[in-house]
Amino acid sequence: MTWMEPETFEILYGGSGWLKEEGDEIIILAIESSCDETSAAVVRNGLEVLSNVVASQVELHKKYGGVVPEIASRKHLELINPVISEALHQAGVEFGELDAVAATYGPGLVGSLLVGLTAAKTLAYALQVPFIGINHIVGHIYANFISNNEIQAPVLCLTVSGGHSDLLYFEELGSYELLGSTRDDAAGEAFDKIARVLGLGYPGGPAIERISREGNPAAIDFPRPFIDEDTYDFSFSGLKTAVLNYLNSQKQRKAEINVADVAASFQQAVIDVLIAKVLKAVENYPVKSVILSGGVSANSSLREQLARRLEEYNLPLYTPELQYCTDNAAMIGSVAYYKYLKRDFSPLTLAAKANLKL
Amino acid sequence: MDDNILTFISSSEDETYSLGESIGELVEAGQIILLSGDLGAGKTVLAQGICAGLGVLEDVTSPTFNIINEYEGDFTVYHMDLYRLEKDEELYDLAIEEYLESDGVVIIEWPDLAYDLLPPDFIYIKINRISEEEREISIEGEGERSLTLLERLEEYVDFGY
Repeated sequence: MTWMEPETFEILYGGSGWLKEEGDEIIILAIESSCDETSAAVVRNGLEVLSNVVASQVELHKKYGGVVPEIASRKHLELINPVISEALHQAGVEFGELDAVAATYGPGLVGSLLVGLTAAKTLAYALQVPFIGINHIVGHIYANFISNNEIQAPVLCLTVSGGHSDLLYFEELGSYELLGSTRDDAAGEAFDKIARVLGLGYPGGPAIERISREGNPAAIDFPRPFIDEDTYDFSFSGLKTAVLNYLNSQKQRKAEINVADVAASFQQAVIDVLIAKVLKAVENYPVKSVILSGGVSANSSLREQLARRLEEYNLPLYTPELQYCTDNAAMIGSVAYYKYLKRDFSPLTLAAKANLKL
Repeated sequence: MDDNILTFISSSEDETYSLGESIGELVEAGQIILLSGDLGAGKTVLAQGICAGLGVLEDVTSPTFNIINEYEGDFTVYHMDLYRLEKDEELYDLAIEEYLESDGVVIIEWPDLAYDLLPPDFIYIKINRISEEEREISIEGEGERSLTLLERLEEYVDFGY
């Protein structure tokens, strides 16, 4: 057993007061690099975000020079050190004040995950503090707790992003029941692909939402896949194909295509399916709060329509602040705090896992 | 079979999936499968079938976001989607050569960027949209392993000729 194995901390320091307890000030540096964003955050006591630096921010591009390529994991390598320094600087925290270092270890792109994971392990080792590996999907759930402290369990959580469409139910943090997920494309992915076909640019979510305001959501009756089926799973690939078929047939008939109507009708089809599955779960589980997470939770039509429907059930809808909807390290730091209190540390041998599940 | 091309007409998603299953049952370790076709053509459906044929039990979902998904079946399956990549440098960042030289089965959607890196043995599947439901699926092979796969496939699947 090496000194960095989780049990060793307890043996060496347990009861000695070296590891902090709930009520003490616990400061954690968290790193997130699972996909396109390189992010570092300093979080105090789980909910107080002292800094949250995301490397797609324009100021950082200016400060560190050069255009940041969209995907390359090399980008993470170039940005990881400046992003960490900037997070500590903005928080006014020195390395020596950190109580633990956390990083996302999956799911995501292995090459990208490795950069943040290796940086976090290295720092933890050098600083001789616990290292805590975090599941990215759990991070998105906790993003809600940063913004809302009145969330009551049991909780139903809809996570919708470029890579995920998951419906989760949980009575306490740490034990999640996955009710359903996508069988093919994620909701955010469908937004991106339809936006590209309609020539609306990337990222697709905000682009579709913007133009949809000028369109009629009832103009075209696109299918609502799985909406009546007895499952909590989603499927958005068929909807994508239906939109493409519609565009093709309009072109063949040389009929006019109203982009705003197509976007609005597509968006409404996605929202209808998401809401139907949430309501189905609400009727079958003793839910007290519904929370949204992931990039698509920034969609205001989804937020408004879902909140309105939940009023019929007297249920509150919680959403993260916009900056915590998309990938960020603050949410990772929030999860890490609760793991710290449980002494749920990770070994330095923890590997990146592309398909990590809940 | 002309010029090592097999052509299959699929009249539904289910048929596309079944063709994939047959391919998955017949492939051997190290096979590279390129999947080409427009958005909505059915590349992921075909890939889901291939994975099922390979004995993958997990749900196979679109790899667009993660770029590479990994599954365990009879062999390790690497399911890639290069749709979001723009420059071939990004392929090097993903260490794609290591996957291409692995003992697993590699399925690549939107493979155009990867052509220069391919070893000289792969099958190329192109899905063309005929109508809303119908697809023409052509399968070409290059290299010994891939040509053997095509021969087996021709015996195993009803291509209607």
